[in-house]
Amino acid sequence: MSLAAGYMKKGLGIHMMQNKETTMKGVFFLTGKDFANAGAASCELKTILEKMQIEQSAIRRAAIAAFEAEMNIIIYTPAGMMKYSITPDYVKVVFQDMGHGIEDIELAMTEGYSTAPDYIREMGFGSGMGLPNIKKNTDEMKISSAPGAGTTLEFIIKFKQERDNENIRDC
Amino acid sequence: MKISEIVEGLSLEVKSANVNLEKEVTGGYVSDLLSDVIANCKEGNIWITLQTHQNIIAVATLRELSGIILVNGKAPDADTIKKANEESIPLMASSLPAFEIVGRLYNLGIRCR
Repeated sequence: MSLAAGYMKKGLGIHMMQNKETTMKGVFFLTGKDFANAGAASCELKTILEKMQIEQSAIRRAAIAAFEAEMNIIIYTPAGMMKYSITPDYVKVVFQDMGHGIEDIELAMTEGYSTAPDYIREMGFGSGMGLPNIKKNTDEMKISSAPGAGTTLEFIIKFKQERDNENIRDC
Repeated sequence: MKISEIVEGLSLEVKSANVNLEKEVTGGYVSDLLSDVIANCKEGNIWITLQTHQNIIAVATLRELSGIILVNGKAPDADTIKKANEESIPLMASSLPAFEIVGRLYNLGIRCR
């Protein structure tokens, strides 16, 4: 199916192409503890960025940041979603969850700080590097959270190179 | 150096389907923390770890790693092998510990790069 066909459901996400193939939006629904699909949304976003011929360094940074944020929803919350929008200048990704929220965001941003239980740490997660990794790999990052109200995390990665929209391939 | 040459040189057992074994290995990275790997490995690296669960394949896919070596005689979960085949990521195993595997890779000319 062509990217230009408007609304489409592919893989885990629902995607929509707008404005003569320069803007793309989509949403993924994430389920807590669903380790079988963990990382799938980030992989799909990476594939979309590749097909839109975004520069390699921006794709790498988006993949790292999206994976960390996606894993946080899988590990710590019952459910959430990941929404992305790709414009000619940047990709913006917003993660919203139904978790119990972050009490102290500054503390959560500290490298090495983690509230992960032992079984999560044994899987190699919960090293307290997730949020710092997102910060390091993005141009803008915002977190809003309150106990009981869930967490919203959004980041923006700007593109340095102009895209050649003639070459966008079918998704 | 290709994955297939490493498989032979280190007597590794290939756990995934024989796909992408001719892939070029750019360097190596060893870690069991997934956030460390995703942030610090390089494209085309071979990854040495004792993590056997399916999420290691997502990490390898997202960072375009050339393959994964499981150490210490660890067997991959069935889901991990399935995902490795879906994503065409070579998944290998050895009874040797990480130290020994990394040393032998270094002797073969693989570096952290």
